[in-house]
Amino acid sequence: MNVHRVWRIGSDVDTDALAPGSWMQHGVDVIAQHCLESVRPDFAGAVRPGDVLIAGRNFGIGSSREQAAAALRHLGVAAVIAPSYAGLFFRNAFNLGLLLLTCPGCDVIHEGEKIAFDARAGTVTRQHGEVLKADPIPPFLLDLVEAGGLLTQLQRRFQTRTP
Amino acid sequence: MNAPQSLAQKLIARAAGRDEVAVGEIVTCKVDMAMFHDSSGPRRLQPMLEQLGAQIWDKNKVVLVMDHYVPERSEDARRIVRIARDWARDQKLPHVYDSQGICHVVVPQHGHIKPGLFCVGGDSHSPTGGAFGAYMFGVGSTEMLGVVTTGEIWVQVPRTIRMRWYGRLHTGVTAKDMMLAMIARFGMNGGAYQAVEFCGEAVRALPMHERMTLSNMSAELGAQVGLIAPDDVTREWLEAHGARGFETTRWFSDQGSVTEEHRFEGSALAPQVAAPFSPANAGDAAQFAGTKIQAAYIGACTGAKLEDLRFAARVLRGKHVAAGVRLLVAPASNADRDTAAREGTLQALVDAGAQLLPSACGICAGYGDSFGPHETVISSTARNFRGRMGPPSTRVYLASPYTVAASAVAGEIVDPREVLA
Repeated sequence: MNVHRVWRIGSDVDTDALAPGSWMQHGVDVIAQHCLESVRPDFAGAVRPGDVLIAGRNFGIGSSREQAAAALRHLGVAAVIAPSYAGLFFRNAFNLGLLLLTCPGCDVIHEGEKIAFDARAGTVTRQHGEVLKADPIPPFLLDLVEAGGLLTQLQRRFQTRTP
Repeated sequence: MNAPQSLAQKLIARAAGRDEVAVGEIVTCKVDMAMFHDSSGPRRLQPMLEQLGAQIWDKNKVVLVMDHYVPERSEDARRIVRIARDWARDQKLPHVYDSQGICHVVVPQHGHIKPGLFCVGGDSHSPTGGAFGAYMFGVGSTEMLGVVTTGEIWVQVPRTIRMRWYGRLHTGVTAKDMMLAMIARFGMNGGAYQAVEFCGEAVRALPMHERMTLSNMSAELGAQVGLIAPDDVTREWLEAHGARGFETTRWFSDQGSVTEEHRFEGSALAPQVAAPFSPANAGDAAQFAGTKIQAAYIGACTGAKLEDLRFAARVLRGKHVAAGVRLLVAPASNADRDTAAREGTLQALVDAGAQLLPSACGICAGYGDSFGPHETVISSTARNFRGRMGPPSTRVYLASPYTVAASAVAGEIVDPREVLA
């Protein structure tokens, strides 16, 4: 299992924090540079591909703008781990190939800790070996995220249709 | 079989081509109507459609509304709206509403949402359609691409959380106050992406625009949909707006289908205000009385429909906005603005010192215009997140149009019943 560095953030993080409206006229590459700047200004500049974001409850409340999930994916975030998510953000994340793990006990994990996770097994393993349970994810959503998102799946669907 | 079915289950079963569905099962539904706007729609859909080499499944079932970046105030806005207009023309889309108002108001006003339909919208306030007894929810652009190319989408059949409101609301108390009270009690994810259903005497007594406010802010309650069983009020409104070929009689929750019900007394509700930076920070307006404001905003699909403008006019008639306060009014649609103009509502607002803005998402979306740094604002919109309607130092309080108008007159937050009395 890969090891991932942890970023911690609080509860009720909204989509305006993830993809600020004042940058929404730009592409995801620009929006991503402002991801979480109102709550964690150090995040976008210092996050590294493979890092994970551990949040409090209700992550992703607010808008349908999928740039909220796309920005995290663009920055290379390997997964978000939180006790609960806004339903609309949850759908968007998987559609864009961003893995979300619902882990009621993730609050014990520290900023900077090195963790591992197994989405299919539903486990998050802490640096010192403690294993936390994550809620099972329907197989079709795991397939979706492993394919890299809905666009890739649709590409396959339409390619196989045309001879 | 024949288990009792909730309204949500009946709507999903119909769209899934099934007699009934069970809570928790994941089903694929056929979409009756897909709505999107200039921000979530063409600028993101067009390149992905080209990449796929795919076509729109049924253009007659697609509705495009330009409301987020209009009127265009920057080069970027012009570029984004131009993409939408060019695409609408190239695709020969039959249902396009350009700069006519906000999608959640314009789309039902043109008869596109009817009881029994299964609809998706490329915007988080799409649950507004639930006020008409349709199953309607918001999706992101990539998921919309899936809908637009296949005509289908999956849902997990939700539980229904019923909000039953007894009694009648007092004058000066509105659907917005009901929603802020419910969001304060259950939190912004209290709906847990399930179906919320509003019912009871106080809901039945609401006109259509007020019911739309309930369903609209189901988004802030974290529900997937906010449903109201259609009745004669629904029928009359829809027929007046050109909707044909629908029935209202079968779209209700069967006895025994809903196990979670919360009860509220309408006559006990006071006007509500939600403090920065969450709609869940709500309490009685009196709690916030005396908070000085620099701006008051009546806008958005949540808070600037015709009924909302009438509420504000009732407060403002014969009064004037306090010195040092600006009152901005952006009617939710041109149709609402024009009716308000004909009946004298708009004049009452202007005479009181209100500044009229175009019918568009405007400051609420935060995509262009915004309030200033360190300003305190009271607003009839749905969200007061930090940084949404201005820089992080802008403080936005949410309230009903009554409370916003009354606070504009007082120069500070007040219970509107003091001004109405």
